[in-house]
Order: sequence, then structure tokens, then C-alpha cells
Amino acid sequence: MKEATTTTRIVPDEKGRFGVFGGKFVPETLMNALTELEASFAEATQNPAFCQELNHLLSEYAGRPTPLTYAERLTEELGGARIYLKREDLNHTGAHKLNNALGQGLLAKRMGKKSIIAETGAGQHGVASATVAAKLGLSCKVFMGEEDIRRQSLNVFRMKLLGAEVIPAVSGSRTLKDATNEAIRYWVSNVEETFYVIGSVVGPHPYPYIVREFQKIIGEETRAQILQMLGKLPDEVIACVGGGSNAIGMFYPFIQDETVALRGVEAAGQGVNTDKHAATLSLGRPGVIHGSLTYLLQDEHGQVQEAHSISAGLDYPGVGPEHAYLKDNGRVTYTSVTDAEALEAVQILCRTEGIIPALESAHAIAEAVKRAPQMSKDEILVICLSGRGDKDVLTIQDALESEKGGER
Amino acid sequence: MTVAVNRIDRLFEDRSRKRFIPFITVGDPTLEATYQIAHALVEAGAELLELGIPYSDPLADGPTIQRASQRALENGVSITDALQLVGRLRESGMEASLVLFSYFNPVLQYGVDRFFADLAKFGADGVVIPDLPIEENGLAVEAAKKYGIHVISLVAPTSESRIQTIGEQATGFLYCVSSLGVTGARASLREDLADFLGRVKASTTVPTAVGFGISTPEQVKAVAPHTDGVIVGSAIVLEIERHVEQLKDPNQSKEAVEKIKTFVHQLASALQ
Ligand SMILES: Cc1ncc(COP(=O)(O)O)c(C=O)c1O
Repeated sequence: MKEATTTTRIVPDEKGRFGVFGGKFVPETLMNALTELEASFAEATQNPAFCQELNHLLSEYAGRPTPLTYAERLTEELGGARIYLKREDLNHTGAHKLNNALGQGLLAKRMGKKSIIAETGAGQHGVASATVAAKLGLSCKVFMGEEDIRRQSLNVFRMKLLGAEVIPAVSGSRTLKDATNEAIRYWVSNVEETFYVIGSVVGPHPYPYIVREFQKIIGEETRAQILQMLGKLPDEVIACVGGGSNAIGMFYPFIQDETVALRGVEAAGQGVNTDKHAATLSLGRPGVIHGSLTYLLQDEHGQVQEAHSISAGLDYPGVGPEHAYLKDNGRVTYTSVTDAEALEAVQILCRTEGIIPALESAHAIAEAVKRAPQMSKDEILVICLSGRGDKDVLTIQDALESEKGGER
Repeated sequence: MTVAVNRIDRLFEDRSRKRFIPFITVGDPTLEATYQIAHALVEAGAELLELGIPYSDPLADGPTIQRASQRALENGVSITDALQLVGRLRESGMEASLVLFSYFNPVLQYGVDRFFADLAKFGADGVVIPDLPIEENGLAVEAAKKYGIHVISLVAPTSESRIQTIGEQATGFLYCVSSLGVTGARASLREDLADFLGRVKASTTVPTAVGFGISTPEQVKAVAPHTDGVIVGSAIVLEIERHVEQLKDPNQSKEAVEKIKTFVHQLASALQ
């Protein structure tokens, strides 16, 4: 393990830095709101009533703890490491996003805000935010790129059914990046009465920190579950990385366990040798996007490049600053898999385990398909199954049918 | 290296007069048009120009300036072009203060030290970086000092307890954001604006300028008593947008520039 000792530093520091990454690169209008958020979060997480209410919602409403499932037939098929799946797909609303949305929703309420806004790519964070708004009696606006509205029509309908207003973002690539720009613009204009529920470990400090704290329950449960089941830690843990919230949630509690290898998987889209990918950590350079300094897909003049992935939730040119930090100090290995490999992985998991994974999660599965056979039969591999694939079945169907068409 | 007295400081030595500060985007719709419009703005009464470097993700800007950025980017206009435009304006004898407006990422990629060195080399006086609050501007301020350039700080109605610190650290002038939100024309200004501007003035020795949302001669008149300068962006950019096709055509651009000049003159003369 390279330089594992550096990871024992406390991150983020008081300036919101993970090493050189992170920070608060936002318009002055928002600075006071970020300071208030920082203080409210610190106060709330020290408050027993707040923690109790959150824990209650996580167990009685979200359905936690989620199971850790031994994937027996997948293990047999791949012939290598014993594979376990952390079932975030079994959360209410179908993905890990609810853990964070519940936390931030409760915080919004505690701060006396009556309305929340959110950005969404795949729609899972939008659905989670709309759900929490309904449950807690808040109004909710969700910003979503026009292209994603088209790709994720089922989730758009769910959000509306839950009482949220879905606002199309029509600038740029009309995907998650642009939805985030629009959400920030709205927030700057309405900062006094609006709470912005950010959906991943991105954005200005304290968001990457807050979201990690609300998502680290994934790794904490996994660690306890595997110790209880097998009496030992896993050898390797794999999670997909869009902004990086399910991955950091899974990795964080294992950071100090130096024997556990951690792998984050980005979307390589049509391939890392094309310009249609979302492999930020592999191919980006440090830059500033949406309030933090992190790896970024950009051209030589610092203009942000459009990302591409078959999975709307990974289609983002930035990444959480903590991942940038973990890449540079070598504690986590970042790789990428293509759209085609992810589609193949969807089918393998369906066939062997009877689980339709989200296209995002399929990237983690695809990496495991490569890794497991290289590992020995007594090694343990855990995959974070961040969400279920119901939202993606139309995309999967289209892709598989055009693949078949191509073969004829 | 000897650093000349910064033109912004010279301009505001006399604070008995209010200064008109227009904003335009470099390369909207072409670099040549920007060159001509810049001269027209000075002829119309502007003494400090704010020149926006186009950016793909201008998150502090409303739709008007976003569209201007998009038009310029479609022409491939970059941070280098913006710096060179400043050089060209100086060569042509322009004496007005010139301030570039850029999001931080292009500056970071260009190289922070190199950027400030080139601002000085080409004859700019300051820079506004809307996503670089005082907590993050250390490197930029250090480089700026070295080359005699001002990093203009922004202060917002929500700044509250931060106003004092921002005011104390400000150099050049202090950019007071007149409304919450992004750039763009607004029908009315905040009721507590005078109050906010009063608090800012009490916090600082540098001159203040007010911008974001100011778009009519009436609004210019209304804010003038509370400030040393008034900044108008989106309203002028909208006027440029109305003449985009003519501005691109060498046979018609002169006439279009004249119209923009007349429009800006009305705004500028509302100040005194
Ligand atoms: C199921 C699922 N997994 C993963 C992601 C990617 O987000 P993150 O990298 O923050 O976990 C998304 C985002 O929409 C998602 O819906």
C-alpha cells in the first residue's frame, strides 16, 4: 500500500480541504449560507434528538440496515474471489441516495427552511429528495438536464407524483453538470429561504464532508456485517464513481484497514481513447467545478468538457474532492469500464443472481467481472450495489436491441 | 521591476464624480466587434470597462451573459484572446481603466502567476473573479501585488459579518452585489440596498461600485448617491445581442456600434 499513513490525516481540514482539493469556490452571496450550514451540521450531529430521528427514519422508513448478500452463482461463474453484494438497491426508492437526502432534509427542517432544491442526473437523487420533502412536509424543486429528462422519464414521473416540481436545464450538454449550474443559480437568488440538497460528495465545503458523513453508514454496516459473517475483513471493495457518494460511503470506514484494497470505477463510455467518456480521475486535470477544486474534464483553456456515459448518474465531468485526494495519495485505485462492459455486467448479474442492477452499479459489477478471476478462492470481494435497475430498463432494452441490430 | 500607479487608483483619486462601468463579454459576437464596442463605451462616458472572459459554466451569470459567453466560445475565443484584446486597446491609445472578469478555472489553467504577469504586460488594471471568495484568493492576491494589479473583491447583501473583513482587505474598488442572485436585468432593486451600501462604505477606505441587475437610467440615478461607481452588464449585453448579425457584418457594424453607444450614453449620463 502506497503512503497509507498520509490518509490518517484528518480530512477535510477547517478550510474544507482534502489535501489541496476541495475548498469553497463560490460566489460571495453563498458564503454566509455555507458557514451557517457548517455550524448547523456540527450542532445537529451532536444533538441526540437529531441523531435519533435520523436513525429512526433510516431503519423504519428507508429499510436499513441493508443486507450483505453472498452472490454464490456469480462467484461460481467468475471462478475466483468470493463475492458479496452490499444491497443499497434495497433502500426505499431504490438507491443509496436516500441516506443522504434524509440527512440533509432533516437538517433543512432543523434550520427552519421550508423549501429544498436538488439537482439530479439519473433521477435517483431527485426521487430521494422529492420523497424526503413529502415525508417531512417541505416543498421541492428538482433541476434536471433536458437530455436526462428524456433518458429517465420514469424517474421524472415519480418525482412529479411525489409532489416535486421538475425544472429542465437547457444549457450546455443538458445533463447533470448543467442541472447543477441551474440549481446553484437558483440557490444564489433564493439563498435566504432555500436549502440546497446536494446529491453527491461534490460542491463547495461543507457538502463533500456532510454527504460523506451521511453515506458512511454503507461502509460501517458492511464492515460489521462481514466481520460477523466471516470473522474477517474483505480483501477488496469495489464501487462505482459518478460524483462519488456511494463509493466514499463504502470506502471511508475501510480507509484505515490497510489490508483492504479499494477500487473506484468510473464510466469510460465509448472508451478512454475517444472523447465520449466520464473518466474524470483517469483523464482529467485538477480544476474548479461547482465550488471545489478537484479532477475535472476540461480543455487546454479550462473550459469544462462534456462527459458521456450510458448511465446518467455517472455522466459528470467532475468528481468529489476526497476522491481526488485518495487517488493522489494512492489509497484508492481508480479504473474505468465502458458502456459495453457495463451492459454485459447487467446481464451477468441478472442471469446469475436474479438482480437487475442500476447502470451505475453495473460499472462496479463489470470491474468485479475482471478482478474476481484474478483473485484466489479464499479471498473476499465486496461490491457496492448502489441501486436497482428499474429506472434503466428502457435504456438497457434500447442498447441491447441496437447491439443485436448491429450484428445482423 | 517598477510598477506604474494603477489606473483604477488614479481614476478614483477624485471621488466627487461618479463613474460609469459597463460590462461586455470579449468576443461577443466577434473580437473585432468587442474592440469597436469598447471604444464606443469610452466615448459614451465609461471610465472603467469590465471585459468578461467567456466561460463554459458561468454559474454566477443569468441567461443573457450565458448566451454572450456561448456566442464567444463558438468563435473559439479564449483567455489569451482576451489578454491580447487588452493589449490592442492600449496600443490604440485607450486610457480608461480595464478590468477583466473571469471564473477561476481558466485563470488556474493559464497559470495564476502567468495570468497576472500578462495582465500587467498587456495593460489591464484589475480582475474580478466571481467564484474566488477571500478565503480562497490568497495565491491570486499575492501574484496580483507583484505585478501591480488589483483583485477586486465582491461583497453581497448576505455577507453580513463578513463585510468588515472584506472591506478591510479590498483593493482597487469594492464590487457591491446589489441583488441576490445571478447577473441579469431586474425590474426593481432591493429595498434595503442603501442600508447595505452604507454598511459597506463604513467598512472600507476603497471606493465602491454597485452592480448586478441595474439596467435602466432610473435605477442608475437611484443608486448613484450611495456609491462611487455604477456597473451595468446584462442590459448592454442585451443591446449587443439585438445587433449581433449587423455586428458580424463589416458593412453594417459601424451603424450597430453607434446604436449601442447611444444606448450606453443614456445610462452613463443618468449618473451625474
Ligand atoms: C444507483 C446510483 N449509483 C450511483 C450513482 C452515482 O452517484 P455517486 O457516485 O455519488 O454514488 C447514482 C447517481 O445518480 C445512482 O443513481
